[in-house]
Amino acid sequence: MWLTFLHVFHKTETVEYPEVKPYLAPRYRGRIVLTRDADKKERCVACYLCAAACPVDCISLQAAEGEDGRRYPEFFRINFSRCIFCGFCEEACPTYAIQLVPDFEMAEYDRQNMVYEKEHLLISGEGKYPGYNFYKNAGVDMGVKGKGEGENEEKPVDVNDLLP
Amino acid sequence: MSLEVRMVKITIDGKSYEVKAEKNLLETCLSLGIDIPHFCYHPALGSVGACRLCAVKKFRDKDDTKGRIVMSCMEPVTEGLIVSVEDPEARSFRASVIESLMTNHPHDCPVCDEGGECHLQDMTIMSGHTYRRFDFPKRTYVNQDLGPFINHEMNRCIQCYRCVRFYRDYAGGRDLNVFSSRNHVYFGRHKDGTLQNEFSGNLVEVCPTGVFTDKTLKKHFTRKWDLSNAPSVCVHCSVGCNTIASERYGSLRRIMSRYNGAVNGYFICDRGRFGYEFVNDEKRIKTVMLRADKGAELEPINDEKLYSNLNQSFSKKKNITGIGSPRATLESNYALMTLAGKENFYHGISKKEYLLTKTISDYFLTSGIHTPSLKEIEKADTIFILGEDLTNTAPMVALAVRQAARNIPNEEAKKNHIPLWNDIAVRELGQNEVSPIFIATTYNDSLDEIAEKAFRSSVHEIANLGYSIARNVDEKAPDAKSELKDLPELAVRISAALLKAKNPLIISGVSNGDEGIVDAALNIASVLRSKRSNVMLSMILPECNSMGLSLMPGTSFEDLGNKESDTLIILENDLYRRSGNDFVNDLFKKSSQIIVLDHLNNRTTEKSDILLPAATFAESEGTIINNEGRAQRFYKAVENKNQVKESWKWLVDFIQIRESDHSYSWNRLDDIVESLANELPVFSKLTKYMPDADFRMLNTKIPRQTMRYSGRTAINANIAVSETGLPADPDSPLKFSMEGQQENPPSSLVPFYWTPGWNSVQAMYNYLNEPDGSMKGGDPGIRLFEPVPAADNKYFKPEIRSAEVKKDELQIFPLYRIFGSEELSSMSPSVSQMIQEPSLLINEKDAVNLMVNDGDLVMLEILNDKIKVKLKIGYGVQPGMAALSMNLPGMQYFELPGSGKFHKL
Repeated sequence: MWLTFLHVFHKTETVEYPEVKPYLAPRYRGRIVLTRDADKKERCVACYLCAAACPVDCISLQAAEGEDGRRYPEFFRINFSRCIFCGFCEEACPTYAIQLVPDFEMAEYDRQNMVYEKEHLLISGEGKYPGYNFYKNAGVDMGVKGKGEGENEEKPVDVNDLLP
Repeated sequence: MSLEVRMVKITIDGKSYEVKAEKNLLETCLSLGIDIPHFCYHPALGSVGACRLCAVKKFRDKDDTKGRIVMSCMEPVTEGLIVSVEDPEARSFRASVIESLMTNHPHDCPVCDEGGECHLQDMTIMSGHTYRRFDFPKRTYVNQDLGPFINHEMNRCIQCYRCVRFYRDYAGGRDLNVFSSRNHVYFGRHKDGTLQNEFSGNLVEVCPTGVFTDKTLKKHFTRKWDLSNAPSVCVHCSVGCNTIASERYGSLRRIMSRYNGAVNGYFICDRGRFGYEFVNDEKRIKTVMLRADKGAELEPINDEKLYSNLNQSFSKKKNITGIGSPRATLESNYALMTLAGKENFYHGISKKEYLLTKTISDYFLTSGIHTPSLKEIEKADTIFILGEDLTNTAPMVALAVRQAARNIPNEEAKKNHIPLWNDIAVRELGQNEVSPIFIATTYNDSLDEIAEKAFRSSVHEIANLGYSIARNVDEKAPDAKSELKDLPELAVRISAALLKAKNPLIISGVSNGDEGIVDAALNIASVLRSKRSNVMLSMILPECNSMGLSLMPGTSFEDLGNKESDTLIILENDLYRRSGNDFVNDLFKKSSQIIVLDHLNNRTTEKSDILLPAATFAESEGTIINNEGRAQRFYKAVENKNQVKESWKWLVDFIQIRESDHSYSWNRLDDIVESLANELPVFSKLTKYMPDADFRMLNTKIPRQTMRYSGRTAINANIAVSETGLPADPDSPLKFSMEGQQENPPSSLVPFYWTPGWNSVQAMYNYLNEPDGSMKGGDPGIRLFEPVPAADNKYFKPEIRSAEVKKDELQIFPLYRIFGSEELSSMSPSVSQMIQEPSLLINEKDAVNLMVNDGDLVMLEILNDKIKVKLKIGYGVQPGMAALSMNLPGMQYFELPGSGKFHKL
C-alpha cells in the first residue's frame, strides 16, 4: 500500500500515444520506402538483391529498362503482412534505394491492404543517404553519364591506337 | 589413342589419387572435386595458360619443400606428380592475380545480367580477394551493337580470350576478333553489326563475366536464383539438343544449354537459344474457340460448353480422322492415334517427306548401321555430306563436323606427344590442315571452307555422285549415269577416302525432298558396312519428332484422298506448310467438323470449327525422338494458364468421352508411355530409361527452384494475400518449389546447375564424371535403334531420271535458312529480325542471259503457284538452276525440287 502511495509521486512512464509520439532514432527499422536520386529519378535499379536477402521472401519485383537503358522496377511489391522489419533488404541494397524509416504505424483491418506496390513505397526524397548516385560510380552508360565520365574513370580506350 | 586409359598416381595436398594420364592437372582436379579457380580454360576449348589464375605449387619430389608455382591447366598429369593447391604461396599468388584482373572491373554487378551466375564473382570469392586496394581510375570502353541476340558491355572484360577462342577457333566465325594492344585489348567486331555466326549465343555462357549477355533475357530480366527451371529438349530441329527452360512470373525467360555428353555437350545454336520467345507471344491461343455455324466467327467458350459440344462429335457413331504432327510429342500423337484408331491416323507431312523418313527409319531399324550422336560425329575422320546444308538444317551437326575436321591434325599432335588439351600448340602444329570432308550441295555451304572438295550441282547429279561412290566400293551396287564429266573422278576420290578412313561418316537428309539422295546415302552406308563394321550414317530430318512420327503406324495425310470424315482432328500442325493450298482446302471441305490443337494462330487454325489451346514444349511434358533415334523427355517449366492444356490431355479427355465404358484409364503421362510401349514394340524401351513420376529423393520431388528463390510470399500477394499451396504436377518427378534435395539429381532430371561456391554455369563440372565427359549417372536419353547383325545388303536402285526441265525454265531446289525455315522459332521477335525476305539464288550466267541484277524483285512461277522473290546472284548455284527459300513465314508450300521461270517486276 505504501509502495503504491509512493508511486503516485513518481514521474509517469506512460506515453499518451497517439497524442504524444515517441522519439525514434533515424536508424529505427520501420516502414520500408523506395527513395529517389537528387534528380528525382528512381534509385532502384531492380537488381533483385533485396528480394534475395529477404528471409521471409516478401519482396517481389520485375526489372525493366527505360529508353536510355536505365534500369527500374516495372513493379515492386512488399507483402508487409510477412515482413519482419529485419532490415536485410536495406543492407543488401547497392544503391541506397530501399530504406527502413522510423514509422511503425502500419496497422490495417484488412490483411490485403498490407500489400504495398511501388506507388505506395516510392517517396520523392533521398532518405537517409543524400548525394549518392549509383550510376556515377558504375561503369555502364545508362543515361546518367557517358562512358568514361563517371567518378574515377578514364576516357574510353581508342581501339585503333597501338601506341605502347 | 589406345582404348585402355593409362592411369597414374599423383599426390595433391598430401593425398594420393589414381587418375587418367592424358589429362591436364586442372581438368583432373575439377573432376576430383578439388576447386581450382580458372578463367581461360574451358573443357571444350582446352587450355592456353593465359589468365594465370589456376596456379598451384609443384614439388620435384618428396624431399622438395620449396616447390615452384606452375599453371595447373598447362601441367600434364604424370606418374608421381606432387602438387599442392592449398599451399599459402599458391593461394596468395591466385589472390594477387584476381586482384589485378579486378582493378579495371566496373562497379556494375547490380545492373549486370551476369550477376548471380558470374564466373568472375565465383572466382573472386574462391581466390579470397575481398578488399580493393587499387585507387586509380578505371579503364573504359565504348560498346558495340551486336544485333538482336547479344548485348555487349566491354568494360566488364577481363581479357581471358575465351570468346574469340570459341567464336573463331571452335565455331568458325570470322567477325569477332581482338583489337588494340596491351591493357587496351578489345573484343568485338570491326564495326557495329549483328554477329554472323550461328552459335553466337554461346558467348553468353562461355564469357566468364557480363561482356556478352542474352539480349532476349534483358527484356524481362530475372536473376538465376529467381528462375524456376526444368530440363527441356530443343524443338527447333531434329538434333534434339538438351536445354534448360527457365520461368518467372508465368512466362518463359530464357533457354540455356543443358549438358549432354552424347548430344550437344556445352553448346546449342542460336535458333535453339533464342527461338523460345514464341511461348510468350501475346497472340498465343489461350481459350477454347468455337465456330457456331460455318461462316460464323470463332468465339471463345468455356469448358462446360465445349464438352457438351464434344459429346456429339465423339459419339461412337461418328468417324474420326486424326492428323498427327512431327512437332508434337510422341504421347500426343499416340493419344490421337488411339482416339481415331490406327486406320484413321495420318502423319501430318507431305507424301514425299513421309516416304523419305519412312525409308530412313526402316533402314536404321533393320540394317545395323550406327547412327552417331553429335559426340560421335566429332570423332569421325572422313566425312561425306550428301546434299544437306547442315548449317541451316541442323546447325549443331555442322558444329560437330567442324570439330571432326581437326581429327587428322590431332593425330599429328599425338604423334609429336602434344596432349590435345594444349590448344595453341595443337593448332599451331595443325595449321590449316583438316580431315578429309567432302560436301555435295546445290548451293554454297558455310562448311565449304573446311572441305577438301565442295561439289555443286543439281539434286539429281548429287544423287548420281552418291550412287557412283557406292558402285566404286562394291560392284553389286547399282550405278547411275551422270552427264557430268568430272563426276566419276570425284566419286573415285571420295570412295577411296571413305575406304581409307578409320571412322567414316556419311551425312545426308531429307531437306532436298529427293529420293535419289536418300537412297544413294543409304547405299554408300551399306557398301561400306560390307567392307568394315564401324560405318556411321547420320540422316537429318526436318523436325524435332520426325523420327518418332515415322516409327508410328499410319501414312501421309496426302493419302487421305476422297475419304470423308465427320470429325477431322489436326494436332499441332499447319497443313498449309505441308501441302498445296488446293489440296488442303479440299480436305477441309470434306470434313463436317474440324478440330485443331495448336499454340499460335496460322492458316490451319483459321479453318477450324473448334480451336483448342495446346501447351508448348515449355508448358508440357513429353517425349521426342531425334534424328539419331534417341528418345528424350522434356519437362514443364511454365504452368498452364487460362484454358491451355497439354495436347495429350485434351486427347485423353476426348478418348474418355468416346470410350464411355472407361476402357482407357490414362491418368498421367507415364500411363500413356506404358501403353505406347506395350502396343508398339519399337518403343518398348521408353518405360525403363528414366525415373517416372513416382521418383522421389529424400521422400520428396526434385525442386525446380534454387534454394535462394525469392518472393514466395509476395508474387501473388496482389491477387490474394493468403498463400496457396503448390501447383499439382502429377506427371513429373519435379515440383514447383525450392524445398527438397538440390544435389545430385538423376542426370535426366537436372533442372539447373548449382553447387556450393559455383553459381555460374561452370557448376556443371560437379554434374559430370570429368569435364567434357559424360554426366554422372550416364547421359540422358535412350537410343531406340539397337545394333542388329548386318542384314544382306539390299540396294536402292536409282530411278532413271533425266532432269525434266522445259525450255526457258530453271530447275529449282529448296534453300534453307537457320532463321525462318523453322515454324515456331520464326515467331520469336528476336529471331524474326534475322529472317531474310524470300529469295531466289541464281547463277551469274543465267543472270546475264535473263538480264537481271542482284536484288531485283521478280515474280517466280512454279506450276500454277506464284511468289514474289528477291534475286540473289552467285552463291555457287550452277547454270540452269536456282534455289528458293523454304517455308519462310508467309510463304506458301512449294513441292521442290521442281522447275519454274520468273519475270521481272
